[in-house]
Amino acid sequence: MTEQTLTSCTNAGPITVYVKDGRIVRIRPLVADENDFRPWTIEADGTRYTPPKKFNVAPYVLTERNRVYSNDRIRYPLKRVNFDPNGARNPESRGKVGYERISWSEALDIVAGEIKRVQSTYGPSAVSAMTSSHHNWGLVGYKISAFQRFFNLIGYTQVLDNPDSWEGWHWGATHTYGFYWRLGMPEPYDMLEDALKHAEMVVFWSNDPDTTRGVYTGYDAAIWRQWLKDKGVKMVFIDPFHNYTAAAMGGKWIAPRPGTDAALALAIAHVWIVEDTYDKAYVADRTIGFDQFKDYVLGKSDGAAKSPTWAAEETGVSARTIVALAREWAAKRTMLGAGARGGEGGACRQAYATEWARLMVLLQAMQGLGKPGVGIWGTAMGAPRNNAIWFPAYGDPDGRMAHSRVAKFLPENPVKQRLYRLLVPDAILNPPVAWQGEGFCNRSLEQQFTPFTYPMPGCSEVKLWYRYGGSFIGTMTDTSKWPRMYQSPKLEFVVNQDCWWTGETGYADIILPVCTQLERDDIGEWGEPGGQSKGGSSGCNFRIIVRMKKCIEPLWESKSDYAIFTELARRLGVEQEYTEGNSAIDWARKFFEISDLAKLISWEEFDRKGYYIINVPEDYRSTPALRWFAEGRACDTPDPSNPKRLTDKGHELGTHSGKIEFVSASLQKLSPDDTERPPMPHYVASWEGHHAAAAATYPLQLITPHPRFSFHTHYDKHAAWLDEIPIHRIRRDGYAWWPVRIHPDDAAARSIRNGDIVKLFNDRAKVLCIAVVTERVRRGVVHSYISSSKYEPLEPGEPDSPDRGGCVAMLTPGRMIAKSVAGMAANSCLIEIEKWDG
Amino acid sequence: MARYGLVIDVSRCVGCYACFLACRDEHADNDYPPVSLAQPAADQRWIDVRERERGSFPKVKVDYVPVPCLHCTDAPCIRAATGGAIYRRDDGIVLIDPVKAVGQRDLVAACPYRVIFWNEAKNVPQKCTLCAHLLDDGWKQPRCAEVCPTQAIVFGDTADPHSDIAKLRAAKRVEDLHPEFTTKPLVQYLGLPKRFVAGEVVFADHLDKPAEGVGIVLHREGERLTTRTDNYGDFEFDDLAEAANYCLLIEHPGYQAREVAIPARACLNLGMIVLEPVAGAVS
Repeated sequence: MTEQTLTSCTNAGPITVYVKDGRIVRIRPLVADENDFRPWTIEADGTRYTPPKKFNVAPYVLTERNRVYSNDRIRYPLKRVNFDPNGARNPESRGKVGYERISWSEALDIVAGEIKRVQSTYGPSAVSAMTSSHHNWGLVGYKISAFQRFFNLIGYTQVLDNPDSWEGWHWGATHTYGFYWRLGMPEPYDMLEDALKHAEMVVFWSNDPDTTRGVYTGYDAAIWRQWLKDKGVKMVFIDPFHNYTAAAMGGKWIAPRPGTDAALALAIAHVWIVEDTYDKAYVADRTIGFDQFKDYVLGKSDGAAKSPTWAAEETGVSARTIVALAREWAAKRTMLGAGARGGEGGACRQAYATEWARLMVLLQAMQGLGKPGVGIWGTAMGAPRNNAIWFPAYGDPDGRMAHSRVAKFLPENPVKQRLYRLLVPDAILNPPVAWQGEGFCNRSLEQQFTPFTYPMPGCSEVKLWYRYGGSFIGTMTDTSKWPRMYQSPKLEFVVNQDCWWTGETGYADIILPVCTQLERDDIGEWGEPGGQSKGGSSGCNFRIIVRMKKCIEPLWESKSDYAIFTELARRLGVEQEYTEGNSAIDWARKFFEISDLAKLISWEEFDRKGYYIINVPEDYRSTPALRWFAEGRACDTPDPSNPKRLTDKGHELGTHSGKIEFVSASLQKLSPDDTERPPMPHYVASWEGHHAAAAATYPLQLITPHPRFSFHTHYDKHAAWLDEIPIHRIRRDGYAWWPVRIHPDDAAARSIRNGDIVKLFNDRAKVLCIAVVTERVRRGVVHSYISSSKYEPLEPGEPDSPDRGGCVAMLTPGRMIAKSVAGMAANSCLIEIEKWDG
Repeated sequence: MARYGLVIDVSRCVGCYACFLACRDEHADNDYPPVSLAQPAADQRWIDVRERERGSFPKVKVDYVPVPCLHCTDAPCIRAATGGAIYRRDDGIVLIDPVKAVGQRDLVAACPYRVIFWNEAKNVPQKCTLCAHLLDDGWKQPRCAEVCPTQAIVFGDTADPHSDIAKLRAAKRVEDLHPEFTTKPLVQYLGLPKRFVAGEVVFADHLDKPAEGVGIVLHREGERLTTRTDNYGDFEFDDLAEAANYCLLIEHPGYQAREVAIPARACLNLGMIVLEPVAGAVS
């Protein structure tokens, strides 16, 4: 048989898959005809910047072949050996005992039978189901497509996600500059051009775009940062860890103590106020509440001037460094690459992270946010993009089988009860639980104040838990709660549906093997989430829509998610309603047909070729983000979700006042007495920082940013090649350990040497890691990434047993950012470390 | 005849390991006879990304030096091999013949760059082939160069003056990874990490004020380098001679001069250097 080349798209880049004799032999960044590319050019200071005609996928995408054939694939339907749906269920032994292979029909009969039994006994709300974060790609197979269509159809308690990558921006910055329709992240349009033409400095504040890569957009933006470096744009990195962007770019590294970023921000404002180096006209015309803020900064309202000397005590950064930074920032046109999209740094996931995120916006407001070279830009989005051609993405209702007009019938979930991702174990183990805010609050600022309780009056507690893709033990907070939850008899039945074994898989009663996206048909645009991240694919140098081909037959006995849900729907008597007679490829074609792509290429041609590149038109006119606001014009950016755009309030921001709010009108109205997230942002010491009482026992501050070679646990563990990258895992004694980075002084004080196996511990958990002794963290800080897919307690199934897999998320606090802010605060975490002797 | 080579710009390498992973994708489990046998499941790094951290908090530098087979024109491995087990093609690519090299374990040690690996199961040494099987098949570049997001790895025909690689070699200071090995490699480098000395100057009487514009001299016999502290009071000298002893001299009006001896080879963050005011001076 000859070699075939087929196209697909992953969550971090389009690929060409080489298949020989039914086996994948090579994965390559998608190989497109050179004539299909018409690269854009940005001219700045006499230099023309044009991206190369190629797709730069995230490195882990290059392990796809390794991952598809991983020994960790779930091969067959499995049943826990001591689980009997008609007899003893033994829920307490979840995680402790093994599995036996069963047939698909037996597995599906059990799952469908349990859904029927639980729903008829307790009502539909007793079923709950939860997806992972982005474990696959494609409009048909994506988590809120095939999955959600099925569960909406049968009815279930939906689990609301917390905005885990940018919490502080969502719960804080929205009250300062609006953009709630973008969940607190600013519009990204044309910021690359603006930076190349005008920026003299970029301050990366808790932002490591070389590691987080614009979430889905691979390494396409890496060349932009090289251009900025070549141009001599100064770079400053504010992060307790000398991160990988700092390593790549050089520049000034400033390392505040975790939890003190807001103090540093206030001191910068103090210098600008005292030295009169802020944009007074902008502050007067475009903002409200500055006088009150000024009084607070100068100490007139509370007796404590937020001076560099004051901040030096808190942050551990010298006053002279703060002064120098503030002066340079005021003197140069500066882009602030703060931890929003493209950064996702830890400062937005810590105690009172709302305050830091709000101050980030306010600092740039003091320098004229939206003026040339003065933006909030993470250096990972904002290339020229053809926005005129519409193609649905998962964040758009039209991009999901569950909500799109491509379906004749849109099932509506009858269950109003909700769970909240961070609180799922608490809800199961210790109900009732309550929280405020609907997770992703993209419809209004008020939505953040919607109260929820579980169980909801008239609804059942959850009895059937259906887990789909990935593991949260490595990513959420205080996650030893998850195995505890799984062993509760309150969960009468647990399903896990996934391609690979991850931390949570072995806690299910029935395990259903799913094929990877290379084993099924789909369609998708690289890097474009749509909806609340509209234009996200501007982190790519080229828009590309990919016909995601079934490259090989599903391996072993795995089936596609769509096939599994179809089989279950049949058993539940709703197959026709679920599929409407469509195969996966029929759905893919329907998505194609409602898009503008259908006007540009026929389905047959698209299917044959496998991709379509949407180039930027030759008469492209850039509309830099927020320039309209800075200049007092109506919004001219193609930001379709901005509710004021194209109205008589088009020149306003999405705040209540329409301006940038030093004192938030929305918080003043909705929660005027909140002292943790008061109307005006303030600095208050972290509840688990260097001042906390627990620091006497646990003196080290653990930061756990988003990882470099794993994505929400995906690829870790399942692509063994990654274990050879010492940034990701380090082999010792035949085991690939998760690294923890520690300063030489802290290591020496504990007799820890580079390469030692160490125990990280506090009252919440014990996790074993391999020590990397490095000058890249400040004293008192240890750094280890979240997102280990391995959860391997030394005593299987014992939540208190030390985990050697590297799930450092188990150490992090379950406490939320603030009482009224239901976001995770993983980076406010005190621990101790000692050498592990086994 | 073509002379294939690489120029690897270390200053553009971000340490993403895409080159390493693409190499794995190409070669793990895939035989390409007669050019190469498959890489084993682990432990061979045909392009070895070597991380190096230098300096100390907060003046740290991290560099990544990707090291494939350097395809030496004067290759010690070819001399060490028996029976023509390692040979150079006309296009400059050095290959291990997987049949003739069976059992020649000593070849691993013959490479001073440590880029020949031993395959225990197949009893044969292995290394980077510059993806010769792909080039022979009409590909424009090896997998490592193709996936490099910053174009830090540039492949081409060094003999063609119009090629990107030839232009790069003409325009910039291309270096050998280890010039002392004198093997004339076709894989060369730009921006290899050089010895540096850095520090922060502080005024004892104005600890909260950045010591900007302070004159710094770094000297040894026959060489005198000067700089001034930046807006943070920081200074740095890069690209210093490895084996030289230097002396750092800091002078600023109103302050006592400071001298610091810098021993040979030390890559140093000198940390905070506090300047004391001259007695009686008004500053």
